[in-house]
Amino acid sequence: MLGASKELCGIRRLAHFTFVKDQPDPSLGQTKEMNLCQAIQNAMDLTLANDHTAIVFGEDVAFGGVFRCTVDLRQKYGADRVFNTPLSEQGIVGFGIGTAVSGATTIAEIQFADYIFPAYDQIVNEAAKYRYRSGNLFDCGRLTIRAPWGAVGHGALYHSQSPEAQFLHTPGIKVVIPRSAIQAKGLLLSCIKDNNPCIFFEPKILYRSAKEDVPIKDYTIPLSKAEVLIEGTDITMVTWGTQVHVLREVIQMVAKENISCELIDLRTIVPWDVDTVCKSVVKTGKLLISHEAPITGGVGAEIAATVMKECFLNLEAPIERVCGYDVHPIPHTFEAFYIPSKWRCFDGVKRLMNY
Amino acid sequence: MLTRRVLHRLFRCAVGQINKRQQSTQQNLLISGHINAPLTNKLQFLFPKDRPIIPVYRVLETDGHVIDETQTPSFSDEQIVKMYKDMTLLSTMDELLYQSQRQGRISFYMTNYGEEATHVGSAAALDPNDLVYGQYREAGVLMYRGFQLDDFMNQCFGNLKASCKGIQMPVHYGSKKLNFVTISSTLATQMPQAVGSAYAYKRAQNMLCVICYFGEGASSEGDAHAALNFSATLEAPVLFFCRNNGYAISTSATEQYRGDGVASRGPGYGIAAIRVDGNDLFAVYNATKAARDMAVNEMRPVLIEAMTYRVGHHSTSDDSSAYRSIDEVRIRDKRDNPISRFRKYMTLRGCWNEEKEEEWVKESKRSVMESFTRCEKIKRASPATIFENVFDKVEPHLQRQMKEMNEHIKLHHDHFPWTQYESM
Repeated sequence: MLGASKELCGIRRLAHFTFVKDQPDPSLGQTKEMNLCQAIQNAMDLTLANDHTAIVFGEDVAFGGVFRCTVDLRQKYGADRVFNTPLSEQGIVGFGIGTAVSGATTIAEIQFADYIFPAYDQIVNEAAKYRYRSGNLFDCGRLTIRAPWGAVGHGALYHSQSPEAQFLHTPGIKVVIPRSAIQAKGLLLSCIKDNNPCIFFEPKILYRSAKEDVPIKDYTIPLSKAEVLIEGTDITMVTWGTQVHVLREVIQMVAKENISCELIDLRTIVPWDVDTVCKSVVKTGKLLISHEAPITGGVGAEIAATVMKECFLNLEAPIERVCGYDVHPIPHTFEAFYIPSKWRCFDGVKRLMNY
Repeated sequence: MLTRRVLHRLFRCAVGQINKRQQSTQQNLLISGHINAPLTNKLQFLFPKDRPIIPVYRVLETDGHVIDETQTPSFSDEQIVKMYKDMTLLSTMDELLYQSQRQGRISFYMTNYGEEATHVGSAAALDPNDLVYGQYREAGVLMYRGFQLDDFMNQCFGNLKASCKGIQMPVHYGSKKLNFVTISSTLATQMPQAVGSAYAYKRAQNMLCVICYFGEGASSEGDAHAALNFSATLEAPVLFFCRNNGYAISTSATEQYRGDGVASRGPGYGIAAIRVDGNDLFAVYNATKAARDMAVNEMRPVLIEAMTYRVGHHSTSDDSSAYRSIDEVRIRDKRDNPISRFRKYMTLRGCWNEEKEEEWVKESKRSVMESFTRCEKIKRASPATIFENVFDKVEPHLQRQMKEMNEHIKLHHDHFPWTQYESM
């Protein structure tokens, strides 16, 4: 989609970040080069192969999906397991809760995170509360909702949103966002196997560009476990998804000025890994949080409040949040100005150091 | 939406599908979307009034006579009496629990008055393993399946023996054993879920179906539309059972829709539909049984609209005299009550009489009273319960918060009503 629209619009944009590959864990054996989209397809492929109850559905899923994440799955596993639904997000999630309640491993696709809101009631009042309200008689833990997420260069108001904070305030649901192909496969498989309903947001700008050597076997990456990607001593940086790569670059930029940053990929946004973040802040004394979504009421606010409480005496500067502005994400031709770009984050680092 | 479609099209262009698409569009220009539509040169609109109103299927007259003997279901006397006892026991329980709310002994209640035949008639037509998704006024289905008086009472008291341990308001029953999914207060959300469960059952080839109860008010929700449409396109063995009781709290059915009720929507979705007299247990039973056979054998959804009347208030938080006359209720109830209609049939059949009735009234009142007294004494669960079942395990942040609550409670122990609760 991205390539096509770029060509048709006659515009070629440079991404606002440089994707950095991770090395696969050698203990996971043989690898194959996959982009993030293929890694997700591969996770679903393995699930469908190993679990006969598993089903994959959503709008335009049957022919392979508008982003090609479900390509070939219908041919391989049959029309009763990989299928189109009518165009109704509340229907998709409601239906998915039902299949999960009745024992099917359920992977439901919402075509864009921006369109998840018709399903908000089903997610917040139903999926999230299922186990709680029934005293554990019924649950929909086998439900995973996938949705393409985040800034993409030209997605404007309805193909760019990162609504993870909308679900942070809902107990009972897990929210996961990967930064790369290796991560995407392992985290998606964890969501699918986790016994709680999960929302898996996929940074769609990484679908094609995030190519890595992905282990071909079935493997999982634990949920609610943040990862320290780069160790450092001066500033802790917390982020997730595409923004991990933006901050990687910022760390290189500030390293020239002898500023040492510790980069944490939060990975699971709800429930998030307080211990890893606080441990790092205790060491560095400074915290920068960055996310694409608007700053007010964002996930960054929650992290800042918790760190303030847990690490008050260790903090040497006010916690810095470099996020989207409180306008509607993302104004079409102004994306470069809206996003928490490397230069905005660079300024954030400066503010922290100069405090 | 426009942007979304544009993006899709751009994408399809990229994968080289556009040519194929254009060709097929040309060939099917006139009939795309509805393959079998004939052409006409007459400019003619379809008016709802030109279509016949869907009739109400009935077996039992209000005086208890069977209209057409071939339609009488083949129940034994024992089965007839069981169904009658379930309906009346429900009514007796409703009376006591309604009054107990008025006395402040439970927080809330919803009676089932007037709709008992829709519950018991449909429940009797199902396999006990068929999954039930209720709305909230279907206690008779549970009663028929064997939910005990104590199970109802414990849930209404919200004590530690309640199915949800006091987490939800009264009448939000659930039973894994009886295949009755726990009720939520949200309307129509259960409908697409029922379709999902039915789809899972179809794939599991277990020859079971799912029944989904909802009211005519809930039928206005987007979820109702999604559910009906999904069930048709995905060919799910689900029975949509609409209890059309005339009122959504105060909003009468005439303000809820302008078409021919809820049943008329069936054909629009490609779903078989029937309208039945919801106060006639036999009509409800026959329709549900036939619908179940169709659902399970032909893998298709069926819509049943049961016409009934909500004799009670919406709930204990409602006084219906503010929007409908007490006379209206009295006349409707007197003219046709599902329980008295069934009792008349039983008397004509010879399996029930005054003596049995008197004895049963006494016995049912006694068991309801005894259960109430017994369950009222049971303590509420430990406050730690609130941290359970948010997730499958108590996550670290919840463990921290549980600890916080514990410390706070220790510090201010005397400010909490411990006599009602198990200790932490």
